[in-house]
Amino acid sequence: MNINPMESLSRIWAIVTKEIRQLKRDRLTFGMVVMIPLIQLLLFGYAINTDVRNVPVAVVDQSGSAAGRWIVEAIKVTQVVEVKTHYALVEQAQDAITRGEIRAALVLPPDLTSRLANNQTIGQWLVDGSDTMVAGAIRQLRSMPLDQITGQSSNQPPTFEVALFYNPEQRSAVNIVPGLIAVILTMTMILFTSAAIVREREKGNLELLITTPIKPLELMLGKILPYILVGLVQMAIILGLGYLIFDVPVNGDIGQLLMGTLLFIAASLSLGLLISTLARTQLQAMQMTIFVLLPTILLSGFMFPFEAMPKPAQWIAELLPGTHFMRIIRGIVLRGGDMADMAPDALWLLGFTALGIVLASMRFSKRLD
Amino acid sequence: MNRELAIDATGLTKKFGDFAAVSELSLKVPEGQIYGFLGPNGCGKSTAIRILTGLLTPTKGSAKVLGIEVPKQAELLRRQIGYMTQKFSLYEDLSVSENLSFMAQIFNLPRDLARSRITELMDTYRLNELANQLAGTMSGGQKQRLALACACINKPKVLFLDEPTSAVDPQSRRDFWEQLFDLSEQGTSILVTTHYMDEAERCHGLAIMNKGWICADGSPLGLMDKMQANVIEIAGNDLRALKDRLTAFDEVSSAAQLGNRLRVLIDKAQADPIGFLQATLGANEPLQMEQVRPNLEDVFVDCTGKPLPSSPVQEAGK
Repeated sequence: MNINPMESLSRIWAIVTKEIRQLKRDRLTFGMVVMIPLIQLLLFGYAINTDVRNVPVAVVDQSGSAAGRWIVEAIKVTQVVEVKTHYALVEQAQDAITRGEIRAALVLPPDLTSRLANNQTIGQWLVDGSDTMVAGAIRQLRSMPLDQITGQSSNQPPTFEVALFYNPEQRSAVNIVPGLIAVILTMTMILFTSAAIVREREKGNLELLITTPIKPLELMLGKILPYILVGLVQMAIILGLGYLIFDVPVNGDIGQLLMGTLLFIAASLSLGLLISTLARTQLQAMQMTIFVLLPTILLSGFMFPFEAMPKPAQWIAELLPGTHFMRIIRGIVLRGGDMADMAPDALWLLGFTALGIVLASMRFSKRLD
Repeated sequence: MNRELAIDATGLTKKFGDFAAVSELSLKVPEGQIYGFLGPNGCGKSTAIRILTGLLTPTKGSAKVLGIEVPKQAELLRRQIGYMTQKFSLYEDLSVSENLSFMAQIFNLPRDLARSRITELMDTYRLNELANQLAGTMSGGQKQRLALACACINKPKVLFLDEPTSAVDPQSRRDFWEQLFDLSEQGTSILVTTHYMDEAERCHGLAIMNKGWICADGSPLGLMDKMQANVIEIAGNDLRALKDRLTAFDEVSSAAQLGNRLRVLIDKAQADPIGFLQATLGANEPLQMEQVRPNLEDVFVDCTGKPLPSSPVQEAGK
């Protein structure tokens, strides 16, 4: 069959302009393009805060010594805890924990000074362990190096040293904002493409279109091109606002950023196309999108550290394009890396895209049966 | 009579699972004719059209449209046919002119030609004052005019119209058929499905379909002449009871009330239908009987009311 590339391009262009017109008239969807990244950014940026700050605690200083006061001051400076009260007796502190007034109490024994001199354990934290995040934060305080607290034994080497790279303030927004690009693009790219094609079928437009000279691939390309633009706009919104509101720096090169994002958009769109050939209604397309979106949020390393997940969960996560993009985008935005550093992830996305398009075109035929 | 055939189909069968939507459908439509499929909903009209436009693959049989085999070579056919779906299938969130130019682009009309073609179509189908209206906000008749205009954008040689007038008022239907005859005059062959008798009567040729079978075909007049029953109209009182009595006889294939008359179809095997009726009813009631000319509805009732014949494709008009 003779395929004239100019005719082919003009048919693709017809679909693209039609799609943009429809998108402009569909105020709700058009609004979602902007509102989804905006709302989610604020929601995740402000609400999801895995840093533990200002845990209410009490101090039971039985030593009454100067060293005791220094230790308490040093602990206050960490901002992990906020010293609410002082108690004379350990039992009072325990009661306060039971009542929920405080989450933990620091007990400093009467022989504090001699313990310090002998490098012994200097005190005890009584902790309400019901909130693991809080408990974890206090446990970190437990191993706080003593020489730094007292400032006395400066001739001794520190027991250990902590060095924080890339996010020295340990703000979770820095990690969340680039990850959010992966989550939002997963959601909008898959949903928009799958729904856009299923809608044509549901409304009966497809029955007319397939009796015209348009080819399946032309129809698919024409339908996804406008959404590539939408995806880039969303990325720009997230990174721009992330910088303005949460002070998240973009360390990497813009070209690398575009390349990585386009690769992920392509992978998501091809998945959307595949879904559109499976789903019969827009509702089904939506459900299948959520089926992919939920594991992307939970397993991709967006919410929980990838390495901390059990192996089977990691295997599932490796199947999701979002997981690979999460590594790429964090690498570029936070560590200033480039695509070459993350070649395996990039190649995986490329392969996923190719497979998706092949499967989708195989499933989409210009027949109704 | 050596006219070219626009549509030539033999033995088309389409099964969905065990259900045969179309059975052994054979069809010859000469170029420039308006050919109708008449039948109740679900009789296989739409399936037949979808096979002929290459949208469905027949389970059995073969079909050629304009000499091109479908569905094998359907892509070659796309530029030469127009299709108007049963449901309005243009974009409701695009305006009239946007829909038209979209279709022009899809058919790769050069820009100048597209512009003049769209102007021409908007004039012909009275869409000028609606040019900027969104298709979704238009009335049934307006949508139908737009759909026909879009189906004609590529000057198709064959037009397939699937129940084009189902959501349209009588005046719009009349106008629509005038436009179809204009197209036919210009040489366009048209295949149209309908369940309206008056529309079927306007077609050059007609196939009556029932449960996937063509149970009669030919010209509307030929079908009426060839009918297997005589039509008697009875005028009188108490027609409801009379109707129940009559339909009990094997010779009476149907009885339908029209106001104060009863229209009765009696098998042609009865040489003297009025005599038969008078004999069976007795003379205790003053009934006026008259043999009348059959109409298309009689033909329809006569052939869809009967059980399916073993060899259902009747070669009519021979």
